[in-house]
Amino acid sequence: MEKACEEYICPDIDPEEVKKKMIAKYPAKVARKRSKQIAVNKVDEDKCVPEVLANVRTIPGVITQRGCSYAGCKGVVLGPTRDIINLTHGPIGCGFYSWLTRRNQTKPKGPEDHNFMTYCFSTDMQENEIIFGGEKKLKEAIQEAYDTFHPKAIAIFATCPVGLIGDDVHAVAREMKKKLGINVFGFSCEGYKGVSQSAGHHIANNGIFTHVVGLDDKVREGKYRINLLGEYNIGGDAFEIDRIFEDCKISVVSTFSGNSSYDHFKNSHTADLNVIMCHRSINYVAEMMETKYGIPWIKVNFIGAEATAKSLRKIAQYYDEPELSQRIEEVIAREMPEVEKVRLEVKSRCEGKLAMLFVGGSRAHHYQELFKEIGMRTIAAGYEFAHRDDYEGRRVLPDIKLDADSRNIEELEIKPDPEQYEPRKSSEEIKKLEQAGLKFKDYEGMMTEMPNGTLVIDDINQYETEKLIEIFKPDIFCAGIKEKYAIQKSGVPMKQLHSYDSGGPYAGFKGAINFYREIDRMVNCKVWKYMKAPWQENPELAATYAWD
Amino acid sequence: MLFRHTTNKVADRKALNVNPAKTCQPIGAMYAALGIHGCLPHSHGSQGCCAYHRSTLTRHYKEPVMAGTSSFTEGASVFGGQANLVQAIDNIFTIYDPVVVAVHTTCLSETIGDDITQITAKAKESGKIPEGRYVFHASTPSYVGSHVTGFSSMTKAMVDHFAEKSGKKRRQVNIIPGYVEPSDMEEIKRIAKLMKVPCVVFPDTSNVLNGPQTGKYEMFPRGGVTIEELKTTGDSLGTLGLGKLASGPAARALDTKCKVACQVLDLPIGLKATDRFVDALRNMAGVNVSDDINIERGKLLDVITDMHQYFFGKKVALIGDPDQLISLTEFLVSVDMWPIHIVTGTPGKKFEKRIREITEDIPVPVNVKAGGDMFMWHQWIKNDPVDLMMGNTYVKYISRDEDIPFVRFGFPILDRIGHSYFPTVGYRGGLRILEKILDVLLDRQDRDSPEESFELVM
Repeated sequence: MEKACEEYICPDIDPEEVKKKMIAKYPAKVARKRSKQIAVNKVDEDKCVPEVLANVRTIPGVITQRGCSYAGCKGVVLGPTRDIINLTHGPIGCGFYSWLTRRNQTKPKGPEDHNFMTYCFSTDMQENEIIFGGEKKLKEAIQEAYDTFHPKAIAIFATCPVGLIGDDVHAVAREMKKKLGINVFGFSCEGYKGVSQSAGHHIANNGIFTHVVGLDDKVREGKYRINLLGEYNIGGDAFEIDRIFEDCKISVVSTFSGNSSYDHFKNSHTADLNVIMCHRSINYVAEMMETKYGIPWIKVNFIGAEATAKSLRKIAQYYDEPELSQRIEEVIAREMPEVEKVRLEVKSRCEGKLAMLFVGGSRAHHYQELFKEIGMRTIAAGYEFAHRDDYEGRRVLPDIKLDADSRNIEELEIKPDPEQYEPRKSSEEIKKLEQAGLKFKDYEGMMTEMPNGTLVIDDINQYETEKLIEIFKPDIFCAGIKEKYAIQKSGVPMKQLHSYDSGGPYAGFKGAINFYREIDRMVNCKVWKYMKAPWQENPELAATYAWD
Repeated sequence: MLFRHTTNKVADRKALNVNPAKTCQPIGAMYAALGIHGCLPHSHGSQGCCAYHRSTLTRHYKEPVMAGTSSFTEGASVFGGQANLVQAIDNIFTIYDPVVVAVHTTCLSETIGDDITQITAKAKESGKIPEGRYVFHASTPSYVGSHVTGFSSMTKAMVDHFAEKSGKKRRQVNIIPGYVEPSDMEEIKRIAKLMKVPCVVFPDTSNVLNGPQTGKYEMFPRGGVTIEELKTTGDSLGTLGLGKLASGPAARALDTKCKVACQVLDLPIGLKATDRFVDALRNMAGVNVSDDINIERGKLLDVITDMHQYFFGKKVALIGDPDQLISLTEFLVSVDMWPIHIVTGTPGKKFEKRIREITEDIPVPVNVKAGGDMFMWHQWIKNDPVDLMMGNTYVKYISRDEDIPFVRFGFPILDRIGHSYFPTVGYRGGLRILEKILDVLLDRQDRDSPEESFELVM
């Protein structure tokens, strides 16, 4: 209903014209490429949407939001695990910049538990190693890390020069694993691999799946045991989701990878269901776990109170046990009144305001839920490093052509494990659940849920950001730290949706309340009215003076 | 405990750096380049480098930090980054129209041996650099030196590329302020103005990285040294380079290239170093020091005499960059504090010798290390506790674990504001440092003193 009447999201602005304006200044080749990465949304009856070119090379010099493969691998996927020593093999910068800067919180069980999250480990490669090779120094560094900290596992992350000079981090890992008797494994996540952080996610998924998942068959307690995938505990999101799960008596075997530990990864294959938050960064692990161990996966979203309730109900549907469904309904019924109270209060002040979201590989989608709940409209959105399926849905997967950059990222060939494979549901049961509306292995993407006429922009750059702000004057813009202050200097409040500024949690029920309050604070902040001094508002001098 | 695995058992490490006290060259180059008016820094490497540098500088300044990247892919890493850089230059001038693009290299482009001079010439030939616009570069491999080296190299590149000698001297002095905050650069200009010395300060990030909120975003704000000003540096009376590591090479390059005599001084942090700066500036420009400066100096002296009892004999641990630490150590020693653990991550032999000289009269053992890390520094503190720690934001983890008062000083400061607005150089900067030190020391005394000896007047 709502979608049909919103042919154009701002009645006096034609989105096709906006698109033209955004690319008018570009050199011809750049304009051609960008025009394929910018779409005016149109969802047809079969939920088909326009094609958006994504996961392609960044155009040099455009001032992109994107980072690199190392950032996706070490920074995003493996960074949040507290008890693995994450050793960066390379010059000092990469380790330094990824040191504690992502706000992925962790809580060790007790004072004796390992927690290396606050530390930064690097081989601090020097010119000598660039010339003569760095493997010797890497081995020494691993030995020193072992001698000083006695970790259960050490992970090695390769930076750009490592691949170029031919250091074999995997060979070193194998040698040191044998020597020390602890798990040592490497990631070839050199910054130039792929076209964005996304390549690093894939490399991280492959590594953690190959070297850690499945090492420990001990089945931990709990009747409903799941893994939460693609949740990184920024600002404590995973803590809030865990709280809700606990109340529902759903046991999380492992989170990939917010507040996670090495031991959790090791027996994550004993879970009975994988639920995916960030499809982009972790779908590979879900797919591989299904093939190798027989664990089905479903897409969930705990951003937004309604979305949280919906996701919990999906889990209930999967287990199909009245006691679980009933408990979940009780939890929802208990949590919602407070959410509703705040939502309605905030909605009265935020209704109709415009938001734009350009961030990540899932959040630009998920956070639209929260804005919708307080009556705000998302008129433009896009991802920094997503693929077409994150925009258009997994139905386009067969149509995605692999380019040279994607082919360079290894695709593991996985087969059912002769001993550990155990389908959690028979194909009949799966079919029955599907008929009842539960979708397995499916993500419909961001665009199917966005109104017609909204703008979808992949890998937005600084220039396009400025144009959007100039044309639409949104009430809030969401992106990352690099974009933040340029946007705020144009008089528009800016919310970071990578790190949440210093806020959070925004997931689950309490998170929704936090987010409503935060957006209310930001879009109704007084300071934006004070940009001009009185003499700038009224520059003319009065005609008469006091002494006249 | 935040650093729960750090014990007091100091073991020699040859290969593993734990909790670095430095970062890599390109970020310093990017920061320096932002001190040219109308300049867009450009990182020639993978896009992650640029993203990390922009993020870190943004968190430190809470200001927009714009920069381009060559966005290397695996192909570019094999075949060279020429096509990427030429395309980047074309796009940057077409879309963003800066006056100048300052390219710095990365470990990636250095390892594969890209020749930036040749690539820039190629871009020029093929008409990608508009008339009256500039592209220049500094070589900043991440596996050599530190962020300070990168700052230094980019500053020197400004001289190499732009300084001209017309043969006609100008009544002006070049001041190279070193790797300091925008507020410090502003303060250095203010002092020179008080002394009526016309000067060219470069790089100058004031009003670039501490700009006002106006409701209108300008990619190229009003601050920064202009290219025209940079060109005239070859005709100046002389050059004062502040900070040997950050400013020495540029100051000497001006001497070599344009025969502009230079003096390389310590950063004017604290009483004595500021004295030397003012004295050198007076002599170089041939002016008298105005009474305004004497009054500022007197105020700093006044606070030292008034509060000396709280400084005397207090043990301090310092971590940061060499130029800053040399002046800061001297300042603390001059108020009779005892800096006893001093670490910089930046390698360099002269640093340790210089600190030893400054601290030779301290009656307790002093640990100093260049090329050290924060883990080792923390272990030293565990073995010989201090009353105060000074360093960047990461020190707060140690401060909490060890319950030791902490003053933020250096780069990066990610969790407080102030450094971009209020200087630590000059006499007024000295006053601010002492105020900060006294605040944390006296707060601690207030917190810990028994009720019967809780002091009203301090």
